Amino acid sequence: MKFDRPAEANASDRLLVLGQPHSRVEGRLKTTGAAPYAYERQDVAEGQLYGYPLGAAISRGRILSMDTEAATAAPGVRAVVTTLDMDPLPKDSHNVNRLFGGADVEHYHQAIAVVVADTFEQARSATNLIKVEYHAEQATLDLSEVTPPETEPAADTGDFDTAFANAPVTLDEIYTTPAQTHAMMEPHASVAEWKDGKLTVWTSSQMIKWWRDALAKTLSLDVEDVRVESPYIGGGFGGKLFLRADAVLAALGSKATGRPVKLALPRPLMTNNTTHRAQTIQRIRLAADNDGKLIALGHDNLSNTPPGGDGEDATSQSLSFYGAPNMRIVNRVAEMKMPESNSMRAPGDAAGLMTLEIAMDEMAERLGMDPVEFRALNDTQVVPSNPKQKFSHRNFVDCLRHGAKEFGWTNPAPASRREGHWLIGQGMAGAYRGSPASTSGARVRLQADGRVIVETDMTDIGTGSYTILAQTAAEMMGLPIEKVEVRLGDSRYPVSSGSGGQFGAASSTAGLYAACVALRAQIAERLQADAATLDFRDGEVHDGTRSVSLASLASDGELVAEDKIEFGEFRSKEYELATFAAHFVETAVNAYTGEVRLRRMLAVCDAGRILNPITARSQVIGGMTMAVGAALMEHLEVDSGRAFFANHDLASYEVPVHLDIPEQTVIFMQQDDPYSTPLKAKGVGELGVCGVAAAVANAVYNATGVRVRDYPITLDRYLDRLPEV
Amino acid sequence: MRAFSYERATTPEAAAAAAVATPNAKFIAGGTNLLDLMKLEIEAPTHLVDVNGLGLDTVEPTDDGGLRIGALVRNTDLAADAQVRRDYPLLSRALVAGASGQLRNKATTAGNLLQRTRCPYFYDTNMPCNKRNPGSGCAALTGVSRQLAVIGGSDACIATHPGDMAVAMRALDAVVETVDAEGATRAIPMAEFHRLPGDEPERDTVLNTGEFITAVTLPAPVGGRQIYHKVRDRASYAFALVSVAAIIHPDGTGRVAFGGVAHKPWRVEEAEAEMPNGARAVAARVFADAAPRPDNAFKLPLAERTLALVLAEAKE
Repeated sequence: MKFDRPAEANASDRLLVLGQPHSRVEGRLKTTGAAPYAYERQDVAEGQLYGYPLGAAISRGRILSMDTEAATAAPGVRAVVTTLDMDPLPKDSHNVNRLFGGADVEHYHQAIAVVVADTFEQARSATNLIKVEYHAEQATLDLSEVTPPETEPAADTGDFDTAFANAPVTLDEIYTTPAQTHAMMEPHASVAEWKDGKLTVWTSSQMIKWWRDALAKTLSLDVEDVRVESPYIGGGFGGKLFLRADAVLAALGSKATGRPVKLALPRPLMTNNTTHRAQTIQRIRLAADNDGKLIALGHDNLSNTPPGGDGEDATSQSLSFYGAPNMRIVNRVAEMKMPESNSMRAPGDAAGLMTLEIAMDEMAERLGMDPVEFRALNDTQVVPSNPKQKFSHRNFVDCLRHGAKEFGWTNPAPASRREGHWLIGQGMAGAYRGSPASTSGARVRLQADGRVIVETDMTDIGTGSYTILAQTAAEMMGLPIEKVEVRLGDSRYPVSSGSGGQFGAASSTAGLYAACVALRAQIAERLQADAATLDFRDGEVHDGTRSVSLASLASDGELVAEDKIEFGEFRSKEYELATFAAHFVETAVNAYTGEVRLRRMLAVCDAGRILNPITARSQVIGGMTMAVGAALMEHLEVDSGRAFFANHDLASYEVPVHLDIPEQTVIFMQQDDPYSTPLKAKGVGELGVCGVAAAVANAVYNATGVRVRDYPITLDRYLDRLPEV
Repeated sequence: MRAFSYERATTPEAAAAAAVATPNAKFIAGGTNLLDLMKLEIEAPTHLVDVNGLGLDTVEPTDDGGLRIGALVRNTDLAADAQVRRDYPLLSRALVAGASGQLRNKATTAGNLLQRTRCPYFYDTNMPCNKRNPGSGCAALTGVSRQLAVIGGSDACIATHPGDMAVAMRALDAVVETVDAEGATRAIPMAEFHRLPGDEPERDTVLNTGEFITAVTLPAPVGGRQIYHKVRDRASYAFALVSVAAIIHPDGTGRVAFGGVAHKPWRVEEAEAEMPNGARAVAARVFADAAPRPDNAFKLPLAERTLALVLAEAKE
């Protein structure tokens, strides 16, 4: 099915099942421990051995020798495979750093060996018996030491320099965001079976096809000989978009032993071995007239990446969020040999809004304006850098106004409210996140018992994919949700969008919609009726004169239909599709110690039709929680001399605990966007993490009167500027 | 984790003897720290002496009006003990400020005293660390040290004692009771129990090989407002940037010990004369010899401000 013009009224609009607050269809499996995650796949591949990885002890250099004698002789060891046993493995286009092979070390904890043994303990213990001799070279990981490369602006409209120089009110500040790690609950883990030239990998992947292709490329196999299965994923946040060393090492271990091998990346290895969100240094320049209308907006970002990567483009939202006739947007990327910086939840926008939305707050204050009104005044219905491109739907101003009302926003003066030892502040911020969509396929199989089975390689990374896909099929086929079984995450199923970039929910439900339309057409043909006149309801299909049960249509064998949705250019070229939110936060800051305790958080989201208010809310509050971490504590600490992230475990890389998170309220504006998909839905999984950190930062400023422009806003950054005690 | 042998001890003396008999043996009680360290091969004992069957799990009054806390009393039970809550609320508050409920259910009183530092370089076996691998150097001196010691460190080590319980015990003048393989006992004041790193940072405490902690005793209650305030980057389940354990009497006199600043709970008794004069005067004396690093210098004003908060709260 081609989606090449805006959606009209269709069968998904009834909202008998879609749009309803169904709890997760797989929730019981997960809460009872019956949903097997990759490392728990005892149900597949008999005779599994255990693999354990060894990471490089240096950040850059060369391996001179590896002595594996003791490890090979250790109890239970079946194989030791080292990086010196092979040339560098071919690198898939999605990977920036190599995953294995060869003597060169490009970053700390790069995988350099795998030990396979009968038990986990044997494998782990033997790994430490491998003696490695290195030639170490000086490496760097410190962005502050970098000379920013000359880069063409991504947008240079009007005459920025003149406009900025002549404006009555301006702001020119530097902001920084630190490197962050995904810190998902489930580590990267795989069971691999390499048998008769074919490889099956049970793993934890957001993108089945990408992994399948990458495994084939990396291990020099035909794609047809690779199977990937990943039905349950314990969090990804972008960290599981691309093939990782766990799957490669498990596969190599299986090849070496002729047995299936399971392997998980140990938590302390994950940070430097896998990907992270790059650190950024951002210069933001804003200029406005005396009425608060933006005249110029400049955003200049610097981040770092291994050669060939993209870094963290913190300017991405600045191209589209606020209207300013003169813009200069520059994204600079410094290349260095380092752990791979790559996608993490809302890549670009999350880091960009952390700073832009502080800058907007500062600018409002310089103008003497309410920050809500300042943002509303500078709303735009067209893309500022390309005014011919309109937003398909943009209700940001309503989010702001509705949020201000619901929150009780009073725009209090900074450092004006105190309760006992606590300084009280309020902060707000806007949020923007694009709403892309990509080709997505699905298969539906009507069974003789009246059930419908959905098969797609879409993944559920904790987001609720199972549930919204079940709702989609139930809605389209006129069934209760219990009559739909959703099967995900298997490369034998039709290729989907996968999960990432906030495109999964919109794309995969649209692909399933297409498959259901195909099944309805088949049924219409069977009934010799016009598909458009059929009414699917309560497990039956009605054509005005007769009613036939769906079960009876499959009594002679299941009916199978498959299709995919393909999105036309109008969606990306003629219109800009995006999601918006306004965030409001109240916080207390201890006047003595600077400790921050959030009191309440509100998000008002404009994100198209909400397919399931429960799972959508979970996505948003999860994002808000992650953003509290970004605002107040999360930062990978750079050991610049040794060029690695030093706090590489969950004891030292702190993420929020329950006590850090107050009452969170989420309001959805519930406005269909027919330009998005046949279901008029958009993504919401990344919107929730956008803008929130700045709202927290602005609330801390409002409480204390101390402005902090470097994240995370830990107390050591402002303690010396708090009032004397 | 390296392979190790294992036995269950039947008496404290037998436990001590077993630990002496096998080189590189360790006692194991709750295992909440040791097992993690063994998995990472930061600790690699060849032999474990399991002391969980020894009893030593009661809190009992002493003849001089204090309390004797058995070595194996779990942190949860100690924090909830009615006598502790009534007479030594400082200890109760420090305990519940540490770790998580699950860990406190397993962690023991003696084990808590013996927990190892959380310096990131101690935890990464690729890095030089004199505490883990004597003579290898200290990566923290040229690395990240935001969490590390601001006073009492050495050229060999700037690690901190990570615990909370010991900070309260230091303020309460607790005494550690031990027994050795010969059955000889000794009583070690908390002030002397943890060492400064000096040039032997691998030794966290003054315990001899095989010496086994049987109990911690508290002297008779001292009254006063007892406040434990732990400052950290998140609200729970994190190690202290700075903690303050204070006992404050109505006349403004009192005691104070600091956590998160040194290789041991940090208390300077002479400085306590300044308590009625406020936090600045106390902190100036307590941290007179401080040698912070650029990324942890904030701990000094933070310690002072946290004490100021505690003093203000004591007046409420």
